[in-house]
Amino acid sequence: MSRLLALLRRETALAWGGGGGPLVAVGFYAGVVTMLPLAIGPDLERLAGIAPAAAFVALALASLLSLERMFERDYEDGALDLLTLSPTPLEAVAAIKSIAQWIAAGAPLAIAAPIAAIALGASPQHAGLTFVTAALGGLAFAFVGGTGAALALGARRGALLTAVIVLPLFAPPVIFGAGALQAAANGLAWTSGLLLLAGYTLAAAALGPVAMAAACRNALS
Amino acid sequence: MSLSALHIEALALRRGERLLFERLDLDLAAGEAVALTGANGSGKTSLLRAIAGLIRPEAGAIRFGGAGPDDARAEHLHLLGHQDGLKPHRLARDELAFQAAWAGGARLDAAIDRLALAPLLDLEVRRLSAGQRRRLALARLIAAPRPLWLLDEPMAPLDAAWRARFGEVMAEHLAGGGLILAAVHDPLPIPARDLELAA
Repeated sequence: MSRLLALLRRETALAWGGGGGPLVAVGFYAGVVTMLPLAIGPDLERLAGIAPAAAFVALALASLLSLERMFERDYEDGALDLLTLSPTPLEAVAAIKSIAQWIAAGAPLAIAAPIAAIALGASPQHAGLTFVTAALGGLAFAFVGGTGAALALGARRGALLTAVIVLPLFAPPVIFGAGALQAAANGLAWTSGLLLLAGYTLAAAALGPVAMAAACRNALS
Repeated sequence: MSLSALHIEALALRRGERLLFERLDLDLAAGEAVALTGANGSGKTSLLRAIAGLIRPEAGAIRFGGAGPDDARAEHLHLLGHQDGLKPHRLARDELAFQAAWAGGARLDAAIDRLALAPLLDLEVRRLSAGQRRRLALARLIAAPRPLWLLDEPMAPLDAAWRARFGEVMAEHLAGGGLILAAVHDPLPIPARDLELAA
């Protein structure tokens, strides 16, 4: 247990600091969200209509930013070797790394998401729902994104490869999350979208670590 | 220390298209050290990584006396490569604490004391010289006692005084029933058998 805590502390410190932490993710997110009204024009009704979708797409893109660092640095400097030589299975290491990634990028983005949605004209009464869907979606992005990052280990320009691998897998949480927000904005039932999003997140959390561990072992051998 | 021996039988390792070596035999018992020599690219690092379970052998067997292979790799061996896994922007104190905790280390103070690390602890790792970094990496060997040490060029960046000091650390480890397999270009400062890998 103390081993896992030590790992979580290290991973969070590494994901949080050293460039590419929460400020970069939130800054990028704010940049994308601000760009939309500039491109679409100041029609408030149209902006309000696309606010949930825009907030979620920007969230998916901002989640890509720091994925490369999840495994690449440990792979290059030999720390990944050490992480395998322990009673803690590599699958647990991968899960902890994904959670740390979420703490450093997903959680700050989940706090920024309702603010961005409101800025685009969405109704403040759904801020809570926006936060919850963004937090759940961000967790899915961390586990799925980590899998892509592990698969791209050792490749040149791994960050680009990671983006190409994971963007299609980011589609379901975007569909479910933005769908739930859109339904709520239109006064329709939104629970099914939220439940589907939660289901996808659970599946990603269950399968992602297994895939990440296998990809890491493969990269090391 | 429950791991008491290392047995390697008819081992063959391949990296990509190239066969590094085949039919390699090695028996290492508690209290013994083997100096692994050979030209650059002869497979010294790969052999250490195969013993640590990171590379799958082409043929042959690697067995540990007194422990199953998974247990041995999880709890009974240290692999010290030329890459030390230390993050340049973190404090030496944090990196040392993590590496020791991860290896199950309870003797952090002894390691700091033995390797004279106290003055380095509040520096970022990138501020350390190569030799100081290596001492920081060596600390986990002392902080987390594990019987089998797989060392890859452990003394390359160390100065003469620290080579001698690390020689004493290795001698103590052997006296306590430890096993050392070290890839080296210079002779080890302790009595050791030679195993030369032909290029």
